[in-house]
Amino acid sequence: MAERPDPDALLAEVRREEERAARGRLTVFFGSAPGVGKTYAMLESARLEREEGRDVVVGIVETHGRYDTGALLLGLEILPRRKTEHKGVRLEELDLDAALARRPGLILVDELAHTNAPGSRHAKRWQDIEELLASGLDVYTTLNVQHLESQSDVIAQITQVIVRETVPDSVFEGADDVRLIDLPIDELLERLREGKVYVSEQAELARERFFREGNLIALRELALRLTAQRVDAQMREYREKHGIDRTWAAAERVLVCVSPSPASERVIRGARRLAAGLHADFIAAYVETPASLRLSATDRRRIAEHLRLAQSLGAETVTLSSADSAEEVTRFARSRNVTRIVVGKPTHARWRDRLRPSFLDQLVRLTDDIEVHVLTGESAVGSRPPASQRHASRRFELAGFVAAPAVVAATTGAGSFMFASAQLADVVMVYLLAVVLVSLRWGLWPSLLAAVLSVFTLDYFFIPPLNTFAVSDVSHVVTFAVMFIVAAVISGLTKRVRDQAEASREREIRTASLYSLSGALALAKTTADVADAGTKHVHDVFGARACVLVVGLDGHLAQQGGGTACSFDVDEKELAVAEWTRQHGRPAGAGTDTLPASVGSYVPLEASSSRIGVLGIRQPHGGGLDHQRTQHLQAFARQIAGALERTRLAERAQQAQLRIEAEQLRNSLLSSVSHDLRTPLAVITGTASTLLETKVEPPVQRELTEAILTEAERLNRLVRNLLDMTRLEAGAVEVKKEWQPLEEAVGAALERTTSVLGSRPVTTDVPADLPLVPYDSILLQQVLVNLLENAAKYTHASTPITVSARLRDDGVEVIVADEGPGLAPGEETRIFEKFYRAEKGRGGGVGLGLTICNGIITAHGGKIWAVSGDRGGVAFHFTLPIEGEPPMIEMPESLPRAEGA
Amino acid sequence: MTYVPMRILVIEDEPQMQKFLRASLTAEGYRTLEATSGKEGIELARTHNPDLVLLDLGLPDMDGMDVTKALREWSAKPIVVISARGQEEDKVRALDLGADDYLTKPFGTGELLARIRVAIRHSSRAKEESTEPLLQIGELGIDLDRRRVVVSGREVHLTPNEYKLFAYLMKHAGKVLTHRQLLKEVWGAAYASQTHYLRVYMVQLRHKLEADPTRPRYLVTEPGVGYRLKTEE
Repeated sequence: MAERPDPDALLAEVRREEERAARGRLTVFFGSAPGVGKTYAMLESARLEREEGRDVVVGIVETHGRYDTGALLLGLEILPRRKTEHKGVRLEELDLDAALARRPGLILVDELAHTNAPGSRHAKRWQDIEELLASGLDVYTTLNVQHLESQSDVIAQITQVIVRETVPDSVFEGADDVRLIDLPIDELLERLREGKVYVSEQAELARERFFREGNLIALRELALRLTAQRVDAQMREYREKHGIDRTWAAAERVLVCVSPSPASERVIRGARRLAAGLHADFIAAYVETPASLRLSATDRRRIAEHLRLAQSLGAETVTLSSADSAEEVTRFARSRNVTRIVVGKPTHARWRDRLRPSFLDQLVRLTDDIEVHVLTGESAVGSRPPASQRHASRRFELAGFVAAPAVVAATTGAGSFMFASAQLADVVMVYLLAVVLVSLRWGLWPSLLAAVLSVFTLDYFFIPPLNTFAVSDVSHVVTFAVMFIVAAVISGLTKRVRDQAEASREREIRTASLYSLSGALALAKTTADVADAGTKHVHDVFGARACVLVVGLDGHLAQQGGGTACSFDVDEKELAVAEWTRQHGRPAGAGTDTLPASVGSYVPLEASSSRIGVLGIRQPHGGGLDHQRTQHLQAFARQIAGALERTRLAERAQQAQLRIEAEQLRNSLLSSVSHDLRTPLAVITGTASTLLETKVEPPVQRELTEAILTEAERLNRLVRNLLDMTRLEAGAVEVKKEWQPLEEAVGAALERTTSVLGSRPVTTDVPADLPLVPYDSILLQQVLVNLLENAAKYTHASTPITVSARLRDDGVEVIVADEGPGLAPGEETRIFEKFYRAEKGRGGGVGLGLTICNGIITAHGGKIWAVSGDRGGVAFHFTLPIEGEPPMIEMPESLPRAEGA
Repeated sequence: MTYVPMRILVIEDEPQMQKFLRASLTAEGYRTLEATSGKEGIELARTHNPDLVLLDLGLPDMDGMDVTKALREWSAKPIVVISARGQEEDKVRALDLGADDYLTKPFGTGELLARIRVAIRHSSRAKEESTEPLLQIGELGIDLDRRRVVVSGREVHLTPNEYKLFAYLMKHAGKVLTHRQLLKEVWGAAYASQTHYLRVYMVQLRHKLEADPTRPRYLVTEPGVGYRLKTEE
């Protein structure tokens, strides 16, 4: 009875499969202890693969001088190691770049948990292997069970040896194939005795402890159990994929509370084991209370480390903030349907519970339907001693402890004034007031001191018997007690209020900074603007220089904006680090695990559709950011990414718009041209066929033939205009300016248009003393021809046309005017548009003549415009600039050449 | 003069153009020879020695310049080139290489026949080595012996260079003359590219000789090419 598998889950599965297909396959040779033969088995398998024809390369394999293992290496291609030197010690590491360049089908990389030498690209070898897998190479590697992150504390308990080199569980769980190399304990011990097991020198001391039989049995069991769990998980996946019933009813969800205590580490690991066992979702939460503001730097760092640990164990990490941590945790748990909450055992002293219920108590009471697991936080042997849990208070203001007695003394003085006319109760009130004031100004402890002092001075000066510390009336003791309690409570309350106010202020600053950033980004129009706004705000808030790098069209990152006081320039090395961040989507640089030696820290800018770039930040004193600031920076990064995406989309939209407009123009051209070419052609073909086919009288014959000639001339004009336009637009028109008298062009144009102008009166008014003007004779003739043809076309056959020219400051102005019907109001600029034809025109034409004139005149550096005449008609003006001087004309009047006849 | 029908070699690859040219020329009384490629044209010119060659510059197999050069190696007969619009440089180069005149497509029969007439007239005149001193074109007259210029009956004084220029134009009346040819003739080969000299002089000539200098009747500008002293025909 298979129920239908959840389509979303299946889709996710398909995607994962695709990713897996692109990714290389990781095979882990897994063992319980050194010496079981993992490297040997790995090499054997690799040799088999090679015999089957796969391209196998040895990345890095440690034989530790064992002959049988070394023999297996023979015949395999071994990649040279990368040699580095650190503090005078020669170190050899896997050459990652060489491996990536070589691109074998399968690469062997021993010791998954190894820590790389400083200066390597990644801090850990498992990160190197991740990169190899991401680029599609298959990898064989070896791993001991004690190197698994989640097992390290259990193993520490078993073996009393702390293992420092660990591998995140996600890497192990993500492996495609885990082969358990199992060896019975007796055999292992035998091999140890024979000296066949290599243990590094440092571990020699621990070796005795480590290789005890009890330990080895436990380790073996652990390894076997983990392998079994994997098989179980695989089977579950299989069942899910094929829609087989799930065996459990509801999904569990585990929430672990993170604290700055070092014990929290263990609690997190334990929570993960619990979650893994239940196949539950795993969330790690930290609650920021007002008190968190006063955490020491060590504690803050620890919180960040714990959250990172949780993340590496596969948890979703959340930072909550509230005054009451228990309430906040409960609220969050309910909102996320958490079924189990894991906390650590309380480590504070018992008496504090009497004062105020501890976090654990509150939590247990508030979460009535959620299970609360309390794990021990007892640290294993040899780990760091617990740091002080007490919050580092604010600067130990000695001033407060001096001020408190002073205030009390002042109050006493005031009180004695009052005592004469007032009740005792009033005096008590005045003392309370003093305590409140001290608490507001100097904090808890000075105010408690003030409270104590108040009690004593009250007793001495105002309680009978006066001027003694004795108390005659027992009820006054009650007064003292109550006063003290009230004073203490008020002190505590004012302190809390002050802390909360500060916390809010911090949050508000953060929110305000984000708000101001988003405001600035909303105004940014281009990518450079966004970059500048972003770097400025990052600089203002974090006090560090920043830079924004965006992926360009060529697929590479390029710095945007910049050159301001808030930005720093990235050189090639830094660019490489940023590039890594972009490719892998994870932060890199100073303060991270990857390339920690670089100058800046880089976080990816993730937009909704893609990774659009990288945000870099350079701390003034180097080093990375703490957890809170990292989150803040990431919030900034999200904003900036969004704005970048917006500007990019806007740019694209604009280009698309331009393309659409060009397309539309092209379409209108085509339709217009086809019509205007077809009409004269139709006349010509019709007329010519008439002449051929029908019997036509000679006078009619002549008429028809003339019509053919006229239409052919019109076609000629059209084609000429179209060609000119095309050439102008393609930029193929070269303006060859030569110094010439303007008359030449006018004369030539009039010559060309003799027939079009007909018998109408044409006057020219070109002053004889006009200087030489630089222009292209053919192009300018074209302009004048077009203008004259237009004038002829749009006016009556007898309307006069004038062509005049006059000198202006910077050049020459030419006017071609007619007295015809003129233009409609507002048409003066539109007539220069492509394909625009004045309504009153006749004689066809495709509307390009004036556009061409405009193009040519503009190419000459001049301007052309139309002015409607006062008495009707229209005058077209254009200018030609005169720059420079024509070459001096020397008139060599007499030459040694013989006069020709 | 005995009338011998002139033979014109038409080097043109477009069949419709061929038809048109043949029709126009034969109607005018010329005999035609036809070639459809440059090589064929040169061959026919060599074997038949026509009186005039009509050469289309847009031939498929050869550059018009090369045909002109090849013909000019051994023949002094007139060559009229036919060019399409936008081939200004080709036109000018052909003329500088020795072609006598040009026609720009599309052109009409009138223009075609006029150019041919002018070209033949000048070539025959050159053959006869006429030293006719008096030349009269419309209102313009020149006495080459006495170096006198008369316009509409009035004498006009020209500077030496103006005179040289005008004389050259008159001697080749009707024919197009490139800037280069005119500059070389009047100022010498060193000034062959200083077109603005020429233009200024032409303006001056126009002002002195033409009724309306801005609408010249005789001293016509051929834009991009040079000048032509336009005859009545």
